[in-house]
Amino acid sequence: MNVLIDRFDVFAGGFWLTFQICVLAAIGALVLGAVVAVLRISPVPPLRALGTAYVTVFRNMPLTVVMFFAAFGLPVLGSNADFLRIPVLDQVFTRLGTDLPYFRFALIALVLYTAAFVCEALRSGVNAVSPGQAEAARAIGMTFTQNLRFVVLPQSWKACIVPLGSVIIAMIKNSALIGFFGVVGDLSQSADQLTSAEGFAFVPVAIGISIGYLIMTVPLGALLDRIERRQAVAAR
Amino acid sequence: MRFTRVAALATVAALSFGIAACGGSDDSTESSGGEAKTFAAGSTMEKLNKAGSIKVGTKFDQPGFGLKGLSGKPEGFDVEVAKIIVKELGIAEDKIEYVETPSKVREDAIVNSNVDFVVATYTINDERKKRIAFAGPYYEAGQNILVKADDAAITGPDSFKDGTQKVCSVTGSTPAETIKTYVKDVASQVVLFDTYDKCVTALDGGQVNAVTTDNVILLGYIAKNEGKYKLAGENFTKEPYGIGVKLEDTAFRTFINETLEKAFQDGSWKKAWDDTAGKFGAELGTAPTVDKY
Repeated sequence: MNVLIDRFDVFAGGFWLTFQICVLAAIGALVLGAVVAVLRISPVPPLRALGTAYVTVFRNMPLTVVMFFAAFGLPVLGSNADFLRIPVLDQVFTRLGTDLPYFRFALIALVLYTAAFVCEALRSGVNAVSPGQAEAARAIGMTFTQNLRFVVLPQSWKACIVPLGSVIIAMIKNSALIGFFGVVGDLSQSADQLTSAEGFAFVPVAIGISIGYLIMTVPLGALLDRIERRQAVAAR
Repeated sequence: MRFTRVAALATVAALSFGIAACGGSDDSTESSGGEAKTFAAGSTMEKLNKAGSIKVGTKFDQPGFGLKGLSGKPEGFDVEVAKIIVKELGIAEDKIEYVETPSKVREDAIVNSNVDFVVATYTINDERKKRIAFAGPYYEAGQNILVKADDAAITGPDSFKDGTQKVCSVTGSTPAETIKTYVKDVASQVVLFDTYDKCVTALDGGQVNAVTTDNVILLGYIAKNEGKYKLAGENFTKEPYGIGVKLEDTAFRTFINETLEKAFQDGSWKKAWDDTAGKFGAELGTAPTVDKY
């Protein structure tokens, strides 16, 4: 178990990088997922079809394949995902701005994939709001946007916060894949380095990275439990 | 003159091998040695010889060393070296079961007895010697750098020091660790994949400027794509390839070492090279001295 202490810097560095991509991917997926959800419930049929198509494609494709397309497909199309080199943001998240595009590719894949699930979680929340609410809002002359903004979404938020949290937890765990697509130094790739290049036994290293993931997911899970309990009280 | 002698020897060996295979493994007599195979009681050699079959760990994706092609069996220098050892054990060539051992699982495969020995471009180093033992080396490779044929910016590992050139290697490999000591910033200069094919794809796409690993592996890619790539400079490390056996099995290690020394002498080692990795134009050099630590 000495590896946990002797090579603490490797674990800490891996944790930091995984944390960075998870924060960025969570923000991206929530924004994109909300957009797709709005498309899916919009009154315009072509937009609805677009939203449905998006969810069908990305929810039913393995993340590995999405990663593969991002890491090896985008370069073929001549893109190094440079649009993600956002000024200021790339000062905080230094990997966004490097010449090596694989962090950005992995981020794109995680966002695209997770957004499909975010969309479905949001939509389930919207469906939980009784249809009478939306009909009443329409009856008093609210537009679609006003309807969503002032009537439906505030009520749906409560119902979808827990499934959304589960989606984000799943995303954090899914981020373990990025090490296989050229991102050097995330948590699970650090394990690879410690075991195969430096010859540490596998089990202690695996325990170390498990702790790293648990530090991110357990507090999130506990937070969700609290919110759920509060809602139960509110609903009574 | 010398060549014909080697060829004749190989033919005799092959013939006697065929006869041995027909007659079963117990009564196999060897042409070069001429003596029947008897080993010390209780030794690994005796056990394997009695069993008449053996499991050999090698790579399945390494051109020139261990590459599994359409024939369904891996082919390459590592495989030929394994055959030399197996023959010396009095076991028929068709009784070898090849087990794929990528870099990550080699030690575990030996420790857990999934294989009897590993010949898989396996660099001898002290970290690995803590868990397993090495016979050999049977070849000395060296790390080099593969770049596009028209690249003049990279001339050696020092070209990465200014922090602009990007390089790709394979996760958990020795070359990956070595190149990290040359680059200015790992995060913006080093990419690691699980296979070299992905690295070469990234080189083609321009995401990286170079791929680094042992010269023989890179030569395989140069040979496959004539005129597209070249090596930048000389080898900058020494990577002695050894044969991995169990840590405590000194008798088996000594046996393999002696077999290798014999193969260096009688030309079967050189022939194994010329038939496999030698076709890529890689230099075999003189036979290494086995390290009987």
